[in-house]
Amino acid sequence: MIKKIFFQFIFFNFFFLKEVFAAESGGMPQLNPEFWISQIFWLTLTFGILYVVLSKLILPKISANLELRKSQIQENIETAEKQREISESKLKEYNDFVLKSKFEAKNIFKDARKKVLKDINSKKENLDKQIDGEIKKAEQEIAVLKKNAPEKINKIVIETSSELVKKLIGAEVNNSSISAIVDELSKKNGNKYYGN
Amino acid sequence: MAANPMTQFEVYRIGPEIKVGAFDISFTNASLFMVISSLAILIIFNLGSKRSSVLPNKLQLLAELSYTFVSKMISDTAGSKAKPYFAFIFSLFMFVLFCNMFGMIPYTFTVTSHIIVTFVLAAFIFIGVTIIGFIKHGFGYLKLFVPSGVPIVLLPLIVIIEIISYLSRPVSLSVRLFANMMAGHTMMKVFGGFVISLGIIGGWLPLSFSVALTGLEILVAFLQAYVFAILTCIYLNDALNLHH
Repeated sequence: MIKKIFFQFIFFNFFFLKEVFAAESGGMPQLNPEFWISQIFWLTLTFGILYVVLSKLILPKISANLELRKSQIQENIETAEKQREISESKLKEYNDFVLKSKFEAKNIFKDARKKVLKDINSKKENLDKQIDGEIKKAEQEIAVLKKNAPEKINKIVIETSSELVKKLIGAEVNNSSISAIVDELSKKNGNKYYGN
Repeated sequence: MAANPMTQFEVYRIGPEIKVGAFDISFTNASLFMVISSLAILIIFNLGSKRSSVLPNKLQLLAELSYTFVSKMISDTAGSKAKPYFAFIFSLFMFVLFCNMFGMIPYTFTVTSHIIVTFVLAAFIFIGVTIIGFIKHGFGYLKLFVPSGVPIVLLPLIVIIEIISYLSRPVSLSVRLFANMMAGHTMMKVFGGFVISLGIIGGWLPLSFSVALTGLEILVAFLQAYVFAILTCIYLNDALNLHH
């Protein structure tokens, strides 16, 4: 609106000025047909050449450039997408691999543990058996010793007592009489000594 | 002499007088600026289309932005059928734009401030569009003057109005550009003259106005080129896609 008023103002101004300078310049040079033909000719020539050169040489190149860029960018995007997919699948593979190896490691660990436990158990059993055997053997030996012990002791006692008597009294004592006494004593106190 | 704001529109011969038959086709200052504008367009766009890289340089960017700008303008207003006329509208827009812009440089000549230049362009567009319309639709193109949904009583009047508006297209198209350019340049010259006549004390006000006007005129130079091109697109749209 303001622009319209503005240009109207200019126009009226211009008509006013035209009146003022009419004597000097002869009005609008635009309305002087002296060079109209020349202007039409040169306009046709320059604009024609411009149109031909632009449409045949330059615009196809610009359009090709734009297309090329578009396709290149599209290609790049596609390549990037592809690579992203590849890397994603690789990552998945890697994760799977890690998971699998973790599982495997667990299995191996379990197996090893089982094996070791088994080993330990069997060894323990063996050892237990061995120990049991040894214990039995020892017990047998002890039993034998226990069985033999009173006899030996009696013998020792008899000998020792005969020696003692000999040294103390200087008399020979018959071994059989001593053994009779010892037997009697051992029968009497045997329970106290051997816990039988 | 400098005070006359119309002297800037005067056409004068550069070099010898050239005559073909009865016609004077001498090289004038108007011709010079047509050549300069065309050459500038060709040089800029040639340089801008030379190297093809994914990351464009400044000229390439300029060329490609102009290309997409005009391309979008055409597809928005005239649809995809107007694709074959892209080169013409692009040349037209660039030619008018460069002529307008070269006119903004002091002591230059504004080609588009002459009614004969804009009228030849507009008449060419008008005739071309009419021919395209008749080729595409035959005599069906005349339906353009008969809008649908109009009461039968009003129809004769509407048809006459439509015909007048159609025939006045080249006039409105050419006068719009020519008047805008001439008015702006006259205005700037007038204010420039005021700066001189008011001297160092009073001249600052018209000077600042002149500076503001320069900005406005650069806007107008672009806008008028755009309007010229977009109206061409609209006329083309009428011829290609008969809507009525």
